[in-house]
Amino acid sequence: METLKEIKSKEFTSTRNACKVCTPLGASVVYKGIEGCVPLIHGSQGCATYIRRYLISHYKEPVDIASTNFTEETAIFGGEKNLFIAIKNVTKQYNPKIIGIATTCLSEVIGDDMRKIIHRYKTENEGDTNLPELVFVNTPSFMGTHINGFHDTILSLVKAFATHKKTTQSVNIFPGFLSPADLQLLKEIFADVAINPIMVPDYSDILDNEYTGEYEKLPKGGTTIKELQETGSAKASIEFGYILNKSNAKSQTAAEFLEADFGVPRINFNIPIGINATDAFFSELEKLTNTKTPEKYTKQRGKLVDAYVDGHKYVFGKKAVVYGEEDFVIAMISFLEEIGIETVLCASGGDSGLLKNVIQEKIKPRKTINIHDNFDFEEIATVCKELKPDILIGNSKGYYIARELGIPLARVGFPIHDRLGGSRIKHIGYEGTQQLFDTIANTLIQQMQENSPVGYKYM
Amino acid sequence: MSTDNKTNIFPDTSELIEEILNKYPSKVAKKRSKSLVSNDPEKDQEIQANIRTIPGIITQRGCCYAGCKGVILGPTRDIINIVHGPIGCSFYAWLTRRNQTDAGVDGENYMNYCFSTDMQDTNIVFGGEKKLETAIREAYEMFKPHSIGVFSTCPIGLIGDDVHAVSRKMKEELGINIFGFSCEGYKGVSQSAGHHIANNGIFKHVVGLNDTDPGGKFKINLLGEYNIGGDSFVLEKYFEEMGITLVSTFSGNSTMSQFENAHMADLNAVMCHRSINYIAEMLEQKYGIPWIKINFIGADATAKSLRRIAEYFEDEELMAKAEAIIAREMLEVKATIEDVKTRTEGKLCMMYVGGSRAHHYQELFGEIGMRTISAGYEFGHRDDYEGRKVLDSIKIDADSRNIEELEISKEEANWREDLVEKKTALKNKGYAFSDYDGMMPDMEKNSLVIDDISHWETEKLIEYYKPDIIGAGIKEKYVIQKYGVPLKQLHSYDYGGPYAGFKGAINFYNDIDKMVNTKIWGLIPPPWKNEPELVAKMADAAY
Repeated sequence: METLKEIKSKEFTSTRNACKVCTPLGASVVYKGIEGCVPLIHGSQGCATYIRRYLISHYKEPVDIASTNFTEETAIFGGEKNLFIAIKNVTKQYNPKIIGIATTCLSEVIGDDMRKIIHRYKTENEGDTNLPELVFVNTPSFMGTHINGFHDTILSLVKAFATHKKTTQSVNIFPGFLSPADLQLLKEIFADVAINPIMVPDYSDILDNEYTGEYEKLPKGGTTIKELQETGSAKASIEFGYILNKSNAKSQTAAEFLEADFGVPRINFNIPIGINATDAFFSELEKLTNTKTPEKYTKQRGKLVDAYVDGHKYVFGKKAVVYGEEDFVIAMISFLEEIGIETVLCASGGDSGLLKNVIQEKIKPRKTINIHDNFDFEEIATVCKELKPDILIGNSKGYYIARELGIPLARVGFPIHDRLGGSRIKHIGYEGTQQLFDTIANTLIQQMQENSPVGYKYM
Repeated sequence: MSTDNKTNIFPDTSELIEEILNKYPSKVAKKRSKSLVSNDPEKDQEIQANIRTIPGIITQRGCCYAGCKGVILGPTRDIINIVHGPIGCSFYAWLTRRNQTDAGVDGENYMNYCFSTDMQDTNIVFGGEKKLETAIREAYEMFKPHSIGVFSTCPIGLIGDDVHAVSRKMKEELGINIFGFSCEGYKGVSQSAGHHIANNGIFKHVVGLNDTDPGGKFKINLLGEYNIGGDSFVLEKYFEEMGITLVSTFSGNSTMSQFENAHMADLNAVMCHRSINYIAEMLEQKYGIPWIKINFIGADATAKSLRRIAEYFEDEELMAKAEAIIAREMLEVKATIEDVKTRTEGKLCMMYVGGSRAHHYQELFGEIGMRTISAGYEFGHRDDYEGRKVLDSIKIDADSRNIEELEISKEEANWREDLVEKKTALKNKGYAFSDYDGMMPDMEKNSLVIDDISHWETEKLIEYYKPDIIGAGIKEKYVIQKYGVPLKQLHSYDYGGPYAGFKGAINFYNDIDKMVNTKIWGLIPPPWKNEPELVAKMADAAY
C-alpha cells in the first residue's frame, strides 16, 4: 500500500475521477440567479446538454440553458452566425430581460471575439424594443474549474451594469457557490438586521422552485438588473471565501472591482460555517448596522452551542476526509476544528496554489492536515486507504470511496446526485451549522450502531 | 375516456402545429414545420430528421462525443476510456447512464472510472499529445487493461492533436489494443454521429481479432442493447435457457473479447436500430452474417422476437423451448396486465426519447391500454421513423458526409456462405431480414410525430394534449412535472428497471401504474383543470 509520502511523490498526469467541474457550469449557475436571464452557451450543444443534465440532477428543477449548437462548419468559420440566430430564438421564445452568454473551449480556441460579435448584434438590432441585455463571460474549460467560471461571471455582470450614483444603504453580498437554502437563509438574516441586500447571484427561488400551478419558463426571483446597477452605489460589499477565482493571476472578484472602480468597501471573510465564522459574520453585520445581533440569532447560537455539548463525545477525535471546492473545504475545516473532528485530508480539485497557505494562515488547525489541491478522487481514495478516516464529508461523487472502504459519507455541497434535497441542504449561519452538525453526528452514530454487535436503540 | 380506436380517433393537429410554429421567426418556422407530422399510418409520409438543431432552441440532444463514449464504449467493462480534453467532457459522462455490468468477483471493470487528460491552457497552446501518451501509460501501469480507447473532444480537433497516431504509438509500446476516436462534439448534428464513429472504430480495431469458435449450436450477437437497469441480464437468461450462445452484446454487460469474437456468430439481432445498425451492416458485408430487427421492450414484442430468432435457426427443439418460455412467462404478464389495466386503460402517453426507445416503449404502454398520442426521437434518422425503405432517398448533407463510411470488403477466410444461402432460402419463405419499418406505421392516425422536440414544443403539447404521462429524460423531467404530469425517465429508468423481456414488462406496468395513479397528483391540480378534457375534443373529431 502506498504511504502518504509516496503519494505525494507519485504525481499523476492524468486526472482520474475528477473532483471539479468545468467553467461554463459555474457561469450557468450564476446566470440562473439573475432575474429573467437565460444562459446561452457558445459552443457545441453537448456542453449545454451535459451542464443542464448535471444541474437538473442536483437541483431537481428545470434548468433551461440554450446553446449556439456549433457544427463542424461553425468550428471552421466562427460562431457569429449561430450566436445571432440563438439570441433571436431565445428572445422570441423566452422574452428574457437578459441573455447570459458563456464561451466554451471550442469558441475560445477558434478565437471568437465576443465583445465585437455582441456589439455587432446590438448595432444591427438597434431600436428593437424586445432586445434583451447581452452579457458574456470567457469560460474556456481548460482554465480553472466551475468556481472560476462562477466568480468570473459575477464579475462580468457587475462590470456590465454597475454604476455609481449616491451611496445607498444597500449592502452587496457575494455569497459564492452555496445552496439555494443557504441563499434563502442569508436573505432572512439580512431582513432581520434591516439591511437591504443586493445578493449576486440569487437563485434561492429559481433553483428551488415552488409549485404554483402554473409553469413559468423564467421562474420568479433572482438578482434584478436594477440591483446589479446599484452594486456600484452600495455602502459595502460582503464577499464570502478567500480563494474565489484567484487561480488566474489576472483575475479580480466583483467585490474587488467595485472597491477599485467605485470605492465600495470590500469586506471579505470565510464562508460562515461553524460558530466562529458565523460570529465573525454577525459582528460585521453589527458594525454595518450599528445594532446588536437580533435575539433570534443569539438564541440560535446558544442552541447550537448546546447541541455541540450534547454531541461532542460522538464527534470528538473522529477523523474526517473533506473534499470539494477550495473555499468550501476551508470553511468546512474551520467548522470541524470547532467540534473536535480531525481533518486528516482536505482535498480539492481546484488548483489555485493557495489552499495550503490560506488554511494555515486563516484557520490555524491544531494538528497538521494533509492539504492537497489539484487532487482527484483516485488520489483521495489512495490517501483514504492509508489514513482510515471515520467519515467522508463532501458531494456524492465520493460515494464510491465510502462504499469501498465501508465508511459513511455525509453529503454536503455540490453535486448531490444520489439523494433528494441537494438544494435544501443548509450549510451556513447558526442554523445551517446546526443542520450540518446533526448530519455529521448522526452519520457517525449510525455507523457505530450498524457496527455494534448489540444494535442499541438507545444512546 | 373511451378506448375504441375506431370511433375515438385523435383530433386533427393542424391548429396545434400552427400555434407552435407561430412562436418561431418565420425562417425557423418554415424549417421546423417539416419535422412535425400528423401521422397517417396508411400513407407514406416524410419527416425531416437528423438535421442540425437550430441555435437557441433548447434541445434534448447531446454531442458526438456523448454518443461515442457514453453510449457505445461506456457500457463495456474491460476497456479504459481516456477522454482527451478539458475536464468537463469526461466528468459529465462519468457513470451517468446506469449501464450495469457483471464482471464477476475478480473481473476487469473500469466503468466506474473517469479518465481525462484534463487539458490546461498550456497544453492547448503547445499541444497535448505528450500528455495523452503519459495518461495512456499511467492507465496501463495502474490496471494493465485489456484495451484503451481514446476520445477526442472539441478543442483537440482544433489544435490538431492526432489521437490515432498517439494510440498507434502506444499500442506498439504497451502491447495492448489502443485506438482513438475522432468524436469531437461539433461533429454531426447529435450523438448519432458519435454512434456511427464508435461503430466504425470498434469494427476497424476490434471485431474479427479472435477467430475462436465460441461454441454452441445457435450463436447470436445482440446489437443495440445497453443493459440499462439490468435489461441485458433478463435477456441473457432467456438465451441461456433456449441454448443460444450469446457471442456478444453491443454494448451492455459487454467485454472487448466478446467484440473480437463477434464475427463468429450466425445471426445479428438488432435492438436499437439507430445506434448500431452500422455494425450489423458491416458484419454482413464482411462476413455474410445476416441481421434481423428484434425488440425486447414489450411482452408481445419479446415473444415475437424470441420466436423470430428460433425460426431463423429452423430447429424444432429451439422453437419448442421458445414457446415454453413464452407460455410460462406470459401467465404472470397477463395477470399483471389484467390488474393494472383497470387503472391505466385509456390514459394518454407521449414519448420523446432516443433513436428507438420512443418506438419500442409504445408497445409497453399499449399493453396496459395506454395510447401514444405523440412521439419523437431525439437523434433518430428518417429510416427510424419511416422505415429502411427510405434509405436510398435520404439526402446526405454536409454534416453526415463528414462522418466516415468504412469501405468494407469480404473476408474470404471467415466468409459465411452457409448463412448467405440460409438467408436466401428463408427470404423466399417470407422471413424478413435487414428489416425495420420505423415508428410511424405503428402509430395511430393523427398522432403527432415530432423530431428533435424543443422545450417550447413540449410545453405546448402538454397544454394541448394533457397527457397522463410522458416518457423522456432527466432534462425534461422537472419541467413536465411542474405541469402536474408525471415523467418516466426512459434513459435511466429513474433508478428502476429492468424493463426488457417479460419480467421487465411486468416491472414497467407496475411502475407506470404507480406513477399515473399516485395521490400526489391530486395535490397539484394541473393548470387546465377547468378546461374541457381532450376526450370531448376527440369525440368531436370523430364526427
